[in-house]
Amino acid sequence: MTSLKLEPQTLSASLLELIRRTSSDLPPDIVAALRAGRQAEQNGTTAAGALDTIACNIDAASVLSAPLCQDTGMLKFYVHCPVGFDQLAFRDAAEWATAEATKAGFLRQNSVDSLTGRNTGTNLGPGTPQFHFAQWRHGEVDVRLIQKGGGCENVGAQYALPRAFEEFGGATAGRDLQGARLAILHAVWSAQGKGCAPGYIGVCIGSDRAAGYDVAKEQLLRTIGDRNPVIELDSLERELADVCNGLGIGPMGFGGKTTVLGVKIAARNRLPASFFVSVTYGCWAHRRRGVVLSQDGAPLRWLYETEHEEVLE
Amino acid sequence: MSRSVELTPPLDEAAVRALRAGDEVRITGLLYTGRDAVHKYLHDGGKAPFDLRGGILYHCGPVVLEQDGGYIVKAAGPTTSIREEPYQGELMERLGIRAVIGKGGMGAKTLAACQRVGAVYLHAIGGAAQVYAANVVRVVDVALREFGSPEAMWVLQVKDFAAVVTMDSHGRSLHQEVSAASLAALRATLQTGGTTPRPR
Repeated sequence: MTSLKLEPQTLSASLLELIRRTSSDLPPDIVAALRAGRQAEQNGTTAAGALDTIACNIDAASVLSAPLCQDTGMLKFYVHCPVGFDQLAFRDAAEWATAEATKAGFLRQNSVDSLTGRNTGTNLGPGTPQFHFAQWRHGEVDVRLIQKGGGCENVGAQYALPRAFEEFGGATAGRDLQGARLAILHAVWSAQGKGCAPGYIGVCIGSDRAAGYDVAKEQLLRTIGDRNPVIELDSLERELADVCNGLGIGPMGFGGKTTVLGVKIAARNRLPASFFVSVTYGCWAHRRRGVVLSQDGAPLRWLYETEHEEVLE
Repeated sequence: MSRSVELTPPLDEAAVRALRAGDEVRITGLLYTGRDAVHKYLHDGGKAPFDLRGGILYHCGPVVLEQDGGYIVKAAGPTTSIREEPYQGELMERLGIRAVIGKGGMGAKTLAACQRVGAVYLHAIGGAAQVYAANVVRVVDVALREFGSPEAMWVLQVKDFAAVVTMDSHGRSLHQEVSAASLAALRATLQTGGTTPRPR
């Protein structure tokens, strides 16, 4: 086994920079999709105005290194590390970086004790930030960060199929791909503009209640232009993006042609008795950045710098 | 094409009744932030720390830094309004609030209160925290800091703060209209089983 010499200060500085970038600099695939959405809307409409304001905001946040959205979200670190990597040291460094980023105003004071209502003021506390560690057989450390805001989190939905939807004239979502499609459409329609449309939709078909949402959120690590290797899911992703954009919900729910930026779907095995469809809604300000670190914690390569990011293997 | 209307609070009833859903407004003057904790506090009988008559309440939990004894607003976009639906109408009526700014729209109870008292719901662009922070000229005051910085009531002097009237005092809600139209489009898709044509 390789001996890993993690430098806590180097790692902490890398993670602070990762948080700064994530909070203030929207990834290129999301920016490009918002720009395409703007081109689809007619000049002078409220939808076009909303997307123009969004474009100004993206530029301003990037120039000022200031939060894109004042809800700087739940910090979710997805870490792939070599065998023998010190995860506890990583956690310490990430917590230091989170507190520093809060002092610097890259993050809002966003961690609230659920019993007392007290804001910890540092973004640290039981359950915040969140860490998802996985080992891999590479020597590098791949760190991806999503900052997911509360507004879009609130409109996520989980369905246990079969289920009849009264709003859809009693149409029943059965335990198959068509049923999953109906559930996803129900989630997007129910969200209207409340999740800060145009949204980026992550879905897990199958699994259980807890892992279903986790897998759905992991889909938001994918870039908009990537292709699903499972052919049925790939075509469902494309078809659903088109159908959602035909519903006329539009940016912020103002009406218009841009309701979603993309739909990303994974399937996981389930128990015979369960069939869950878990849908997570990401707002247009989809803050997702990443970095590949050497074993001492220094940045080797920043991720999501282009529209087409390499997929994790 | 929508109209653009300048608003300088405090607002009187006539100015608010003149607004129609779809109008764009530009606000210059004071905004009072208030979100979940403030609404619950006021609803439970807590005393309003400022006179809100004719005022504009902003559903916002800003990022504020303390610097040299003063405050700097680093980010100040709207938060989701529907969470305040149980409280909003009553607070408009009791405290004389003439406009609420937020995102996502509100429900039937608030729409009815807007009609009854002469008030409007103004929609800002969710997530556009830097655009709105740039509209903040200065922090005038703050109260209820015990709720934590995002939940406190900040008094913000703003200039040219843009928003869209999505619920007016005449019973019209763009949110209800879009929800109904999108449901009809969705049901049509389900019946044909195919892809909905994009609206022209």
